[in-house]
Formats: sequence, C-alpha cells, structure tokens
Amino acid sequence: MGAMVDAWSWLTTGAHWTGTGGIGQRLGEHVFLTVVCLAVACAIALPVALWLGHIGRGGALAINISNAGRAVPTFAVLVLLTLSPLGRYALWPTLIALILFAIPPLLTNAYVGMREADRDVVEAARGMGMSGGQLLWRVELPLAFALVMTGIRAAAVQVVATATLAALPGGGGLGRIITAGFNTYNTPQVVAGAVLVAVLALAVEAALVLADRALDPMRRRARAVREPEPDTAPVPVGVAS
Amino acid sequence: MTSKGCLSANDWVCGEYVRSRGEELADATVQHVGITAVSVLLGLLLAFPLALLARRWRVAAGPVLGMTTVLYTVPSLAMFALLMPVFGVSVSVVIGGLVLYSLTVLVRNILAGLEAVPAEAREAARGMGYGPGRLLFSVELPLAVPALMAGVRIATVSAVSLTTVGAIVGYGGLGNLIYSGMESFFKTEVLTASVICVVLAVLADVLLLGVQRLLTPWARAGKAA
Repeated sequence: MGAMVDAWSWLTTGAHWTGTGGIGQRLGEHVFLTVVCLAVACAIALPVALWLGHIGRGGALAINISNAGRAVPTFAVLVLLTLSPLGRYALWPTLIALILFAIPPLLTNAYVGMREADRDVVEAARGMGMSGGQLLWRVELPLAFALVMTGIRAAAVQVVATATLAALPGGGGLGRIITAGFNTYNTPQVVAGAVLVAVLALAVEAALVLADRALDPMRRRARAVREPEPDTAPVPVGVAS
Repeated sequence: MTSKGCLSANDWVCGEYVRSRGEELADATVQHVGITAVSVLLGLLLAFPLALLARRWRVAAGPVLGMTTVLYTVPSLAMFALLMPVFGVSVSVVIGGLVLYSLTVLVRNILAGLEAVPAEAREAARGMGYGPGRLLFSVELPLAVPALMAGVRIATVSAVSLTTVGAIVGYGGLGNLIYSGMESFFKTEVLTASVICVVLAVLADVLLLGVQRLLTPWARAGKAA
C-alpha cells in the first residue's frame, strides 16, 4: 500500500505536471496520438469494411488480418520501425504503428456487423426498391452500428496501449513517465505513470461507451431483442498490448 | 552481402548472428515459452471457477465479466508497472499481468461454451442419474471444449506477443533481445527475435488446434460422415 501513497504524493506534486516532460505535456501527446491515429485508422478501415460487408466479399481477409494482428508483438513492430529509415522522422514510427494496430479490430467488427445484419430485413428493403447506397446507409449500417462501435472501442484501447509502448523506443506519451521512472529507479513515479495510463485508457473506453449509447440508431428498440445469441461466443476482438 | 561481414555491416538479416548467438537466442526462447505457458495455465485455473461462479449466480456474472474487461483495458506497460510494487522486479510481474489479461478471454469463452450446451443433453444426463459434478465434467465440459479452446488460443497468441513487453523488468524472453538490440541499434538481433516471436505464436496456435481436434473426436466423425 505504501507504493500507492508514494505514487499519490508524486502525482499531487505540482512541479511534476508542468514543463518539458511533465505530466501535462505527456498527457497532451498521448491524447493527440490517440485522436489522430484513431481518426486515420477509421478513415482507412471503415469504408473498406463497410463496402466489403455490403457486397459480402473478403470475409476471410477481414477476419484473418485480425487474427494475424494478435500474433505480431506491438513492441517488436515499434522497435523495427524505429530502427528502419523511418526512425529518422521522430513521430512517424509511432504514428504508423498505432494506425496499423488499430485497423484489425475496426475491419473485423465492421465487416462482421454488416454481414450479421438481418438478411430478411435487407431483402425486404431491397424488395421495397431501395438502391445499394440506400440499403447500406439506411438499413445495414444502423443494424451494424453496435458492432462497428465495439470495433472503434477496441481500436481506441489498442491505440492508447500502443502509444504507451511507444515510450520504450523513445516516442512520446504517458509511457515516458513510466520508462523515465524505471531508468532512475523511481518506483513512485513508475506507479504514478501507470495509474495515469490506466485511468486514461478507462476514461477513453467509458467515453466511447457513452457515445455508443447516445448515438445508437437502434436505441429506442427493446434492448432484449438485440442480445447476442449465446453461441456466437462474445470474444473481445481487440488486442491488449 | 556476405554472411561474414553482415555483423559488422549491421544488416537486418544475418546468418552469422544466429550461428554465434544461438545459445542466447535459445535461452530467450525458452524463457518466452515458459512465461507464456505458465501464464495461460494459471489463467485457466483461475478462469474456470470464476466462470462457474458467474454461471451459478447471475448476480456474480456482471461484476466478474466487468472486472476482467476493465483489466483488459489497462495497457501492458502500465499493468506491469502497477504490479511491480506487489511482486518486486521479478518474473511474477510479467506472469501476473498476463494471467489478468487472459482471464477476460477465458472466462467469457468458458461461460459461452457452458451456456451453449443443449438443454436436452443436460436433461438426458440428469435422467441417467448424473449428479451435478459428473454432469459438469463428463457432459457439459466436453461439449464446451471448442469454445474453451478458442479462448485458450486467443489468450496464448496474445500472451506470446505481450511477453515481449516484460523486457521492461528484464523478464521478457525474446523481448529482452529486442530491447537490447533497440538500445545498441543491433538490427539483426531485433529482427531475428521478432520473427522467432511471431513463429512461436503461430506454432502455439497450430499446436492448440491439434489439441482441440484430439479432445473432440466426435466433431471430426460428424464431418466425415
């Protein structure tokens, strides 16, 4: 328990929040990296996944990319990118790794969501004369919304986690507080940094859960109707890292 | 690029490195496999009673699933750092973190597997005089094996890749080599260790798939017929 008390007093010391390398700067970097990379990853993955889901092709690709993503160690990719010629451009290795690791959960969840949209409903809408675009925007996407959001949440958690790891090869973000504490054998600082990262990760997750509730086009429907079948094993598609 | 000069030229791919540092690579691989295996086994031992608890008492299901999901959200570097005051700088930090991560996937999958057991199978076993223990171990559990093994595979593959982060406390298996290669810009050390890491993950997945086939002979019989 002593470690927690020490970490708390480290956190509440005003001097640790300001200046270069202070909590304020690291938190800013972390949030910046998270927002930018999540947005870019969504812009890349979601249109592809929604289109593939709409035409019903490329399912094996969408699922396999996600499974392969799990096997690749994030830390190794970050170090490899840093040692590659890209490493000369300070932010690029981190940005690229973050975007790469956010794509698999987005792709898989959006694709599965589109495919699991009730076929009868889709056929009925087609029968009513809806065009492909109308079908996608007004029928399939609202039905797939819950799973698309699950993917965005998994990707966001992934980006926050990877941004933490970026500190190991010298990138920015809150992980730097942890690694700096390790290098100076300052355990209170290490624990304080870890608490900050954990709180940020949970806050991002909570914010997205609230956004999901507020934006879900099907929210007025009875929740019970949309409970997943027990045999479609509810496995989190995200990857911790 | 001759294989002799590649070490001094600091190439990405270098056979000479693998030859001269074979022992170091083997040691790191053994540590890596050990940490992963112990973590997943401990995870299974913990996840099983938790899943049973969540199934037995509906009230427990929410907190159990919620807690494990929250743990999954915590980034690995932070997780290991948070466990450091508890275990000190030791291999337990890494194993503890990996066990906590594996719980999310394992509890969910065991629960889903048990709940997917057809009520008819349960009724039939009860009619044949099976008690709750025998029902669980000789009917429900075997039927839940595919879902359970799916969870074990995900947990194992993730654990193989997350073990590398253990390098921060010096117990990262191949991650230690990646870390030291990073600090000395030793490219082939980083690439070789990374590749072995991915190969380990794939091998573990294939191996577990084989175990699953051995455990569920009826699934194959059904397909052949």
